[in-house]
Amino acid sequence: MRQPKSIFSNLDWTLVGMYMFFILVGWLNIYAAAYNEEHKSIIDFSQEYGKQFMWILISIVLILLVLILDAKFFATFSYFIYIFAIGFLLLTLAIGSEVNGSRSWIYFSDTVRFQPLELAKFATNLVLARFLGDISVRLQDIRTRLKAIAIIALPAMLVLMQNETGSMLVFASFIFVLYREGLSGNILIFGFALIVLFIFTLLIDKFIVVAFITLAAVILIFLIRRSRKNIIQFLVIYGLIVGFIFSVNGIYEHVLEPHQKKRIDVFLGKVTDLKGKGYNVNQSKIAIGSGGALGKGFLNGTQTKYKFVPEQNTDFIFCTIGEEWGFVGSGVVVIMFVLFLMRILFVAERQRSSFSRIYGYGLASLLFFHVMINIGMTIGLAPVVGIPLPFVSYGGSSLLSFTVLLFVFIKQDANRMQVL
Amino acid sequence: MSANKSFTSRRYVINTIFLVIALVFIIRLFFLQIIDKTNKSSADNNVFRYLTEFPARGLVYDCNGKPLLYNEATYDLMVIPHQMGKTFDTLGFCKLINTDILTFRKKIKLATVYSNFLPTIYDEKIPKEQYGMLQERLSEYPGFYIQARTIRNYPQPYCAQILGYIGETTPEMLETDEYYKPGDYIGISGLEKSYEKELRGKKGIRIIMVDVHNRDMGSYMNGKFDVEAKPGQDLHTYLDADLQEYAEKLLQNKRGSVVALDPRTGGIIAIASSPSYDPNLLVGRERTKNYFDLLSDKNLPLFNRALSGRYPPGSTFKPIVGLIGLQEGVLNTTITYPCYGGFPLGNGKMIKCHSHGSPLALLGAIQTSCNAYFCKVLKTTIENKQYPSTEAGFNAWRNFVLSFGLGNPLGVDLPNESGGNIPTSKYYDRYFGRGHWRALSVISIAIGQGEILLTPLQMANVAAIIANRGYFYTPHIVKAIGTISNLNKKYLTKRYTKVNPEYFNYIVKGMLGVVEGGTAHNVRMDSIKVCGKTGTVQNAGKNHSVFIAFAPMDNPQIAIAAVVENSGYGATWAAPVASLMIEKYLTHKVKRLDLEKDIMDSKLIIKSE
Ligand SMILES: [Zn+2]
Repeated sequence: MRQPKSIFSNLDWTLVGMYMFFILVGWLNIYAAAYNEEHKSIIDFSQEYGKQFMWILISIVLILLVLILDAKFFATFSYFIYIFAIGFLLLTLAIGSEVNGSRSWIYFSDTVRFQPLELAKFATNLVLARFLGDISVRLQDIRTRLKAIAIIALPAMLVLMQNETGSMLVFASFIFVLYREGLSGNILIFGFALIVLFIFTLLIDKFIVVAFITLAAVILIFLIRRSRKNIIQFLVIYGLIVGFIFSVNGIYEHVLEPHQKKRIDVFLGKVTDLKGKGYNVNQSKIAIGSGGALGKGFLNGTQTKYKFVPEQNTDFIFCTIGEEWGFVGSGVVVIMFVLFLMRILFVAERQRSSFSRIYGYGLASLLFFHVMINIGMTIGLAPVVGIPLPFVSYGGSSLLSFTVLLFVFIKQDANRMQVL
Repeated sequence: MSANKSFTSRRYVINTIFLVIALVFIIRLFFLQIIDKTNKSSADNNVFRYLTEFPARGLVYDCNGKPLLYNEATYDLMVIPHQMGKTFDTLGFCKLINTDILTFRKKIKLATVYSNFLPTIYDEKIPKEQYGMLQERLSEYPGFYIQARTIRNYPQPYCAQILGYIGETTPEMLETDEYYKPGDYIGISGLEKSYEKELRGKKGIRIIMVDVHNRDMGSYMNGKFDVEAKPGQDLHTYLDADLQEYAEKLLQNKRGSVVALDPRTGGIIAIASSPSYDPNLLVGRERTKNYFDLLSDKNLPLFNRALSGRYPPGSTFKPIVGLIGLQEGVLNTTITYPCYGGFPLGNGKMIKCHSHGSPLALLGAIQTSCNAYFCKVLKTTIENKQYPSTEAGFNAWRNFVLSFGLGNPLGVDLPNESGGNIPTSKYYDRYFGRGHWRALSVISIAIGQGEILLTPLQMANVAAIIANRGYFYTPHIVKAIGTISNLNKKYLTKRYTKVNPEYFNYIVKGMLGVVEGGTAHNVRMDSIKVCGKTGTVQNAGKNHSVFIAFAPMDNPQIAIAAVVENSGYGATWAAPVASLMIEKYLTHKVKRLDLEKDIMDSKLIIKSE
């Protein structure tokens, strides 16, 4: 085994460069969104852009730390990190402070706070990679599948108990990892079908939906009438689907909290609540739309700066990008994100160790889910769910955890030649 | 390489999903930013302004459809500090609105503290004359504009405490309900408070675009994103505005209250507390000063005595003592008790009584309000052998009393209702020591003194219970909200007392006797058979005068209670007030003009006191 000369050798500079791009875009746009005439300096620590700069500095320290550590460190200690993260989530439920109806923050002081669920995403990814990466583990085994699902579901449930529904949904993104590692492709189709059914059932009378599905079923049964075994299987699936449709209203009425219902209603266009949740989306669309092709220019945005768009530094940061940089700017950010994700998949596929590959897929899935929901909601294509845009949104917890998530992967990649 | 090699082709599926989503986003962005010109047209110099459309607040009507209040348009001067810009003509503006620069700067600073970017009320309720002039010249002053809203206006100076008033939301209210924004109005008391959600309606938003010169450039996307305001719902009440006015006039220059109920529905026909105030005082620019004047008035005009005042009921409590005695079987209509000028307490002291024929049975005892008789009844009820102890006997007795709607708030649809007080055996245990008290120790409650406290509303409700011979509907003031009479179920449910309805007829007869030839014969009328009971309540100052009544005896239409504080005998003050109210309500014309003039003109307090 050859010891690398420097911790920077063998790094995938494409990923590092793109990472730096996102960090810069985020910082500049937070500056633009929160720009305050009295505090013009971008590193003024009393302002959010100054604080973000501080988080960036801390990120660099964390990056160095990750790169110095032995590449095997995270694989080796993955279970410890996972248990620690779960404990942290439990602790938050017990002593966390309630902010906007959810109990997901731990305050160390009035200004220093941490959201343990960010750590949980990282830990879950580590353990999932460690578990599935074991040579002896085969995903075709039903017990393995259940264990894998349990690894994901445990933190997801705790996050749900903290009333962070949006972040809970993030854990669903691991479905891509399971798919890549051999779970039937039907799972993707099935998941997608459930979402479509859910939306249709809320929009249209459920009896009409059932009628359509029954019609489709009758035709299909007619087509496959020769195979009795298929028909039985098919009838079971049909029963499950109808059951799901009838439970949708139940879920909607009884499981979802009023604010979640409202989000869904606004998203589906059933209610126009321009002052509440619909207000955010409407404002956000106006802001992005007003950017036009080339945007209003740096610091010239009016919609976001005048605080018409709420939470414009955090969840709605994409609005500022859209308004000040126009279609060109927002398009570049979207393209950069998809290139970034594809690069991660590419790098993941060149790994020798299963751990690194699976970890890479988990990383890409998490990032993809965040980007899809976050940008989707600002342009009115997804319900308003409070999750950040990775590397770009204001906030220490998410920046630091995504940075660590990414650089653990980069470190694995840098060491890939040493894996036998 | 791992065994998963066979799945490597799946990377393309995942890559494709990523690409498809990205493509959808790009197309959507293209549509929003390039195709859809409506967003872009407002981009460069135009800024949106969000005008809150305040819906008209619901009105309140009396039982004859007469409005008790109106809405009136008023104009607020709003400011959005950041829009003022660097070249704002401060001097000119101060001249325009007639203020000095210092005040102006202070106000702007305050507004900035709330938000640099959201509208704040700079000045409210601009007089109509100033409004026209401002509207014309305001475009020279960016950041300022005028917003209309409606305020209350009262045709007559009555019903102040029932209607209540509205006021600006406090920071605490803003935190508990996100509907309200700073400067919004909310019901603070009375019906305005208890029916706030129904009355307020729902605010709307109108989005207009303004250019840098603060000029209105029209509505945004033809109002596509505007939200229409939903007007508030009207309240239809049981109140009889004429009777209410009459009640307030009878009580003028006195401290006291009158509550009149329709025993058939529990509807409140009139509910007056004196001294009151002109509701118009709490609207308009002077309202803060007026409010503090009212607040510091030691006769407490803002305090609704009818709901929140707690008084010993005095002798008006005796019918209940009698009813419980009958129910418990320790009393019948033939038992007589002698009265030698009072009820001896055994230690040389006695509960005194006035002179009257003796011995008396139930009917006579009610008619003459004999103290000794009811002390005896209470003693036999509490020390009934069927209970193991005085304590148990008292607890049983107390449960009967509670079933008359006493000891707890009745649940009227007005805020700040008190529950009065019916002492518990625990209270006496603490006071005398456990097992160290007997019926004689607490005997003053038999004549409605001691720790027993009722609100005038509860007293009127007791009259309603006796009128109904044993049940009541929870008193309430609102008959219908908007066009539908969607009353709360609790106002439509009969509540029975624990006393058998058959016993009530004895009490009714006794109460008829009170007015026909008993303690309240001075308010007898030929035309109407009134059943009543006087009360003269001892307290630290001069006696409170109390009277409860209902009429007519058969098929009662009104049950009433009157309290006149520190005035004298029940028959002297409260009985005439209640009797005149009954006459007015049932005949619409008062014939006893001398009595009416006498009561109205009497001044027991001086206004400026
Ligand atoms: Zn006597």
